[in-house]
Amino acid sequence: MSSITATSAPAGTATKRVPAPYWNPYLAGFGLGLVLLAAYLIAGRGLGATGAFSSVAAWLANLVSPENAQASAVHARYLESGSPATAWLVWLLIGSFIGAAVSGYMAGRTSLTIERGPSITDNQRLVLALVGGIIAGVGAKIARGCTSGQALTGAAVLNAGSLVFMGAVFVAGYAVAWLFARKEWL
Amino acid sequence: MFPLSSTMELTQATTLGLALVIGLGFGFFLEKAGFGSTRKLAAVFYFYDMAVVKVMFTAIVTAMVGIFILSSAGALDLAELYIEPSNYPAAIIGGIVFGVGFIVGGYCPGTSLAAAATGKIDGWVFIAGIFIGSYAYAEFLSGFDTWLAASATPDVTLSSLTGIPMGWFVLLFIGFLALAGWGMSLAEKKFAGLRP
Repeated sequence: MSSITATSAPAGTATKRVPAPYWNPYLAGFGLGLVLLAAYLIAGRGLGATGAFSSVAAWLANLVSPENAQASAVHARYLESGSPATAWLVWLLIGSFIGAAVSGYMAGRTSLTIERGPSITDNQRLVLALVGGIIAGVGAKIARGCTSGQALTGAAVLNAGSLVFMGAVFVAGYAVAWLFARKEWL
Repeated sequence: MFPLSSTMELTQATTLGLALVIGLGFGFFLEKAGFGSTRKLAAVFYFYDMAVVKVMFTAIVTAMVGIFILSSAGALDLAELYIEPSNYPAAIIGGIVFGVGFIVGGYCPGTSLAAAATGKIDGWVFIAGIFIGSYAYAEFLSGFDTWLAASATPDVTLSSLTGIPMGWFVLLFIGFLALAGWGMSLAEKKFAGLRP
């Protein structure tokens, strides 16, 4: 009897929506590739995610102290190309946010959560996310691009530096994953 | 004919509108592929779910084939495409640092955005981290950055380095994708037990 009640729970008790499965990776990759191709055909350049952060950082630094901002070659370079409101990469990033939000919402994947490995706490996860974000931010600036602006965008046009970057990312990622980060994720 | 940016006079509003539209597509497919999930991203490093690498390689090969066909047909001028100047020490050091941040933080910049857009608090925190990182870089490493820019070589591609036409590399990448796809499906079976 108990198995019957368990399997035929009355409608309405299971209100939590089951998220739709992710797409087949080759199909999603094909779509992503067409977007990258479109970026090249329209703008003559690929995608990018990190540049927008630098643009906003430079704008903020300039608000706080224009002299200080001009003293940094990096801030100065981004300030020279204008306000973040007119930056290609900033609008690209705004679009990406909306596109991901729409996709996630349609698939029932939107919920306020902290996603983490099973062996750490929520607070540990947030600290690691912040530290990882800072490290990745610095790395992307050194390499002049991230997985979007270097790896994806550069590899599609056989950019030698981008392919070297992609190799280094994977080598470091696998090394740290197996040597230090197993408890974080497994 | 292509890229439009060099054959047409686009107003700033049009250009930024196009950036928004391209971004919409970028974010949409990232999320559909599962890139908004930190565990799906980390899974790649433990081999039990290689979807993220499959997506990435497929995207690269798709765009590469499109660029090659259109340029061979004369519809796209390769010389007008922006190619980030190559600096190998920067690519290696930056790549290593970035890779560490990727596995520790569980995202890269684009994917943290997809995560944040679907309500992941850890995605928002990672974004805050990237912002702090890029701000700190501009404040403390601007001398290094000037050196990097000065010592980078523009327009270095595998074709320009080796003299082998792009078409052969396109074939090589297609073959590599097929082989890697097969290898990844084997790895996923072998490491299935690691899935938490």
